[in-house]
Amino acid sequence: MLILTCPYCGVTSEETEFHGGGEAHLKREGPGSDDQAFEGYLFHRENPYGVHFERWRHVYGCGKWFHAARDTQTLEVFGTYSAQVTTPPEDLLAVIRDKRPGWQWRDLA
Amino acid sequence: MKRYSAFAIAREAMRDHSGWKRAWEKAQPKARYDVIIIGAGGHGLATAYYLGKNFGITNVAVLEKGWLGGGNTGRNTTIIRSNYLQDPSAAIYEKARSLYETLSQDLNYNIMFSPRGVIMLAQTEHEVRGYKRTAQANALQGVTTEFISPERVKEIVPIIRLDGPRYPVLGGLWQERGGTARHDAVAWGYARACSAMGMDIIQQCEVTGIKSENGKVVGVQTSKGDIGCSKLGIVVAGHSGVMADKAGFRLPIESVALQALVSEPIKPCMDVVVMANTVHGYMSQSDKGEMVIGGGADGYNNYTQRGSFHHIEETVRALVETFPMISRLKMLRQWGGIVDMTGDRSPIISPTPLDGCFINCGWGTGGFKAIPGSGWAMAELMARGQHGPLSAEFGLDRFRQGRFVDESVAAGVAH
Repeated sequence: MLILTCPYCGVTSEETEFHGGGEAHLKREGPGSDDQAFEGYLFHRENPYGVHFERWRHVYGCGKWFHAARDTQTLEVFGTYSAQVTTPPEDLLAVIRDKRPGWQWRDLA
Repeated sequence: MKRYSAFAIAREAMRDHSGWKRAWEKAQPKARYDVIIIGAGGHGLATAYYLGKNFGITNVAVLEKGWLGGGNTGRNTTIIRSNYLQDPSAAIYEKARSLYETLSQDLNYNIMFSPRGVIMLAQTEHEVRGYKRTAQANALQGVTTEFISPERVKEIVPIIRLDGPRYPVLGGLWQERGGTARHDAVAWGYARACSAMGMDIIQQCEVTGIKSENGKVVGVQTSKGDIGCSKLGIVVAGHSGVMADKAGFRLPIESVALQALVSEPIKPCMDVVVMANTVHGYMSQSDKGEMVIGGGADGYNNYTQRGSFHHIEETVRALVETFPMISRLKMLRQWGGIVDMTGDRSPIISPTPLDGCFINCGWGTGGFKAIPGSGWAMAELMARGQHGPLSAEFGLDRFRQGRFVDESVAAGVAH
């Protein structure tokens, strides 16, 4: 059972109050993008064995979308943060690097 | 390989059973093989078996990180059916189901295939229409299924409650030739047959890297040293993304935990498999008398073979309202497996961007039923280097081309 904290309303609750929304920080493709870019955006996923950045929605609470950083292997939640960003905050990345020495964040470009 | 037979049992009985041999040889890796298969689960072993049987390729190693059949092959609810909507799915699942019928004889190993019949309950008007459509599609595909009335459902499953508190049973999709098999025995039987053909099955051998030269695969790095190969098959289910990362390409796959549980054993009460997809639970009774129960997958990426607790509650609640008599049953064991989900809920059997490297994955929550057909198709792809008719629609390129084999509505809920 995951325990998440909504960064908007501040409520800390079990996962049944939230709904997972899949991988975060995908680069959205639009008109002018080629088939390969669209394929990557629509289907390819990091699916990492370890640190994962993902989207969640506080469905049975304030209803807001937010981001979370979590380990898919141990289910440890490193932290949650605003949905209004395109990269994880530096302080959270520092926490993860501290707990997972040698971990590197993928190139999001 | 010494054949198993009534005569062999009589012979061994005469000498205190001292003559039984290991079912498969314990092997150490050689320097090089024609083909390496990563993953000694059902699909990987079946691939190796049909490479040998159908194409005469026997210089093969099957590498396994853990123990043989210890992943999803040993963690599923053993349901076998082929009542899918789309033609490519029906073709490969029906091939698998028909191979299961004679697999015990083929492998000389009792996989305990039990064609007891599978009912998928229709509990909403939408489901009624959907399953009637599937029954018509199956008729065209040559798969025998039938849409049956609630009265007939009650006749087949006397313990069912037709007028449940939330969703009444409005009918069912009945596949009389579906059923179950002993999941471990499928892996063990294939392993024994592969070993008899001279293949090496190497357990506790983790692949740590995939070696390539000029865009072509040349071997793998493992915890037991480097091994060379001409062709590589990745058949690792939930960990497909991890292997693809080592091979240098990405997959349209997300891994989640799916749970199953069994009750304490009780006397025979249900001799078919029942799947209730609207309330979301499915159940059959094992030969030992345990009720074998499956339910929902976790809603987030996950490599822990446990699963979230609240899914157990949801699944059991769904089944208690469908079968009130199980309400006092105690549950004995619960476990999880990591399933590899694709966007269209159909598998991937495909060449990869790395020359000589092939992948078989994406079976999601329903791979066990497909093992013989999947191995058959993957062996054909690996031996010939190009798709055969069974796997042609399941290539990785379908995502870029928009050629989905969409089973997410027909079969995405439960397998």
